[in-house]
Amino acid sequence: MKEVNVIEAVRQAMYEEMDRDQDVFILGEDIGVRGGVFLATDGFLEAFGAHRVIDTPISESAIAGVALGAAMQGMRPIVEIEFADFIWPVFNQILGEAARIRYGTNGKLHAPLVLRAPYGGGIRGGLYHSQSPEAYFAHTPGLKVVAPSTPFDAKGLLKSAIRDNDPVVFLEHKKTYRLVKGNIPKEEYTIPIGKADVKIEGGDVTVVTYGLMLHHCVEAARILKDNNIDVEVIDLRTLRPIDHETLIKSVTKTGKALIVHEDTLALGIGAEISAILSENVFEYLDAPIKRLAGPEVPAMPFSPTLENEFMINSEDIINALKELAEY
Amino acid sequence: MPKQKIGKVGREKPNSSDRLLEIYSTMARSRLLDERVWQLNRQGRAALVASSQGHEALQVASVYALQKGKDLFYTYYRDLAVMVALGVTPREIMLGYMAKSGEPMSGARQFPTQGAMPNLGLVNLSNVVATQLPQAVGAALACVQKGSDAVVAVYFGDGASSTGDCHEAMNFASVHKLPVIFICENNGYAISVPLEKQMAVKNVSVRGDSYNMPGFTIDGTNVVEVFKTVSDAANRARIGEGPTLIEGMVERNLPHTGDDDDRRYRSEDEIVKAKEKNPVRILRELLKKDNILTNEVDLEINKAAKISIDDATEYGESASYPDPDEFYDHVYSQV
Repeated sequence: MKEVNVIEAVRQAMYEEMDRDQDVFILGEDIGVRGGVFLATDGFLEAFGAHRVIDTPISESAIAGVALGAAMQGMRPIVEIEFADFIWPVFNQILGEAARIRYGTNGKLHAPLVLRAPYGGGIRGGLYHSQSPEAYFAHTPGLKVVAPSTPFDAKGLLKSAIRDNDPVVFLEHKKTYRLVKGNIPKEEYTIPIGKADVKIEGGDVTVVTYGLMLHHCVEAARILKDNNIDVEVIDLRTLRPIDHETLIKSVTKTGKALIVHEDTLALGIGAEISAILSENVFEYLDAPIKRLAGPEVPAMPFSPTLENEFMINSEDIINALKELAEY
Repeated sequence: MPKQKIGKVGREKPNSSDRLLEIYSTMARSRLLDERVWQLNRQGRAALVASSQGHEALQVASVYALQKGKDLFYTYYRDLAVMVALGVTPREIMLGYMAKSGEPMSGARQFPTQGAMPNLGLVNLSNVVATQLPQAVGAALACVQKGSDAVVAVYFGDGASSTGDCHEAMNFASVHKLPVIFICENNGYAISVPLEKQMAVKNVSVRGDSYNMPGFTIDGTNVVEVFKTVSDAANRARIGEGPTLIEGMVERNLPHTGDDDDRRYRSEDEIVKAKEKNPVRILRELLKKDNILTNEVDLEINKAAKISIDDATEYGESASYPDPDEFYDHVYSQV
């Protein structure tokens, strides 16, 4: 076991997969000599050469479209979108094209590509370096959407994403990159896409979350443990497909559910989780399902007081969990 | 026809009579099939049609200038003659127009002619104009990465040239010197919007300059010119000299689709003139004048085509619709 941060886990996953499979290559802005703005591809150009580590023009639609074209001809591209806030031009090529390629050719073609993007806020990123785009992608059949929160999961899930035969949008919360550290084994491992992880077991309330918010939820659960509230913490890890089984099992046991995400509330991932629970465990619920999510403003503001107003913290989560426990 | 030379052209040897005859035969078969489909659409027996009538020389001669079974063809919705030239059969094509089971491109999930036949190197993924351009560039990148000297021909209309994807694709292909042949089928109209409202330049090909890519405007109804220009572009692409932009000037002989009425935006006189620019007739007359094509052979070609199209029509109409049980197939890989 070795302790690494999230960005190092991401780097290792890509490095090992490129080493293992000649068809894997990476393209994006500043990923070559610069090694990526977050250094996820540090040293890759020297190790794998310019034909597999491709610095592209600033043209996200072409980056996605080129990756799709290469994927349908047998390659396994990894796209790095520099910031998730710049991801919108890929909608046409990813939602409209990549997601439909298997269906629209009746299985003749498929697109094994990974679209990585650093997302999320709390890093003074302002309106254009803080966004959470997951709900837009998670709405689309044909895509898979992954959002890990720890180094162990980031490495294991990214390896699975690269080996997957369908397009995967892989969202990395940029605040976790250097903040969150954890042990990863020396030996090879992967984590299956589509499986949530019960981070802490508990019998009183379930909290369902992903990304940076997982760490706030874990902190909240630890504090509440001292107040005799037993919180079960579920890290979704994959946002499409959602692991119904783990959610249903947990809330059947606890009868109470809080959903926490940084992305804005309306029509977000939490709405889907809430619907899944209402449809499946209604008879077991002892309280209304509760959501704690980003406020309904278009994006995260820059100034610290304003940014703090947007971000959910452990205290917010503790209060919501207490309310549910006491219901 | 003004011909703009930005790069070098004309190294390829002139075409043999046999090849010209084969190109003619393919164009004639495509034309008859296209006419039948249009007719079926008028009769309510084919749901949707975007005709390639007027574009056949550009489409067919470009395929013949490339290597079938090796090179890749990224097409759009007006490329029936490309498909015929690649060897898609009338039966297969008719299944598409009638949305029947066994349709090879998409299992009749998509509009006619759309989907993919990887065995023929044919990809026509989308209705969304210009999305095929970056995809074709990516396919060319894959060819290079896999050490193949295959080239990718990507077809698009003059309207598509206005999109961001067109610019991004050409820029990317040229920066990385990828083996792409951009074939713009310029028929002067994007549905109803004429060229002068589409661009402030006279020709799409001048844009080659801004990508440091050879750009040619050619007569898209002249098979010899098309064949030579595409052959040269392929030769350059195969030895790593990068992409080429070829703009073939053509006339759309019919309205945009079977659901369009071009009398709303074209004068009667213009419609008549557009129909006269029929590349199949032009080549037929040329080959007859040069004694390459006799009346008997021409009759034979047309007769055989009609038989196969009659057969395909009957085959398509008697085929069943896709089984709704297949509805959920191929959303994700089944591992």
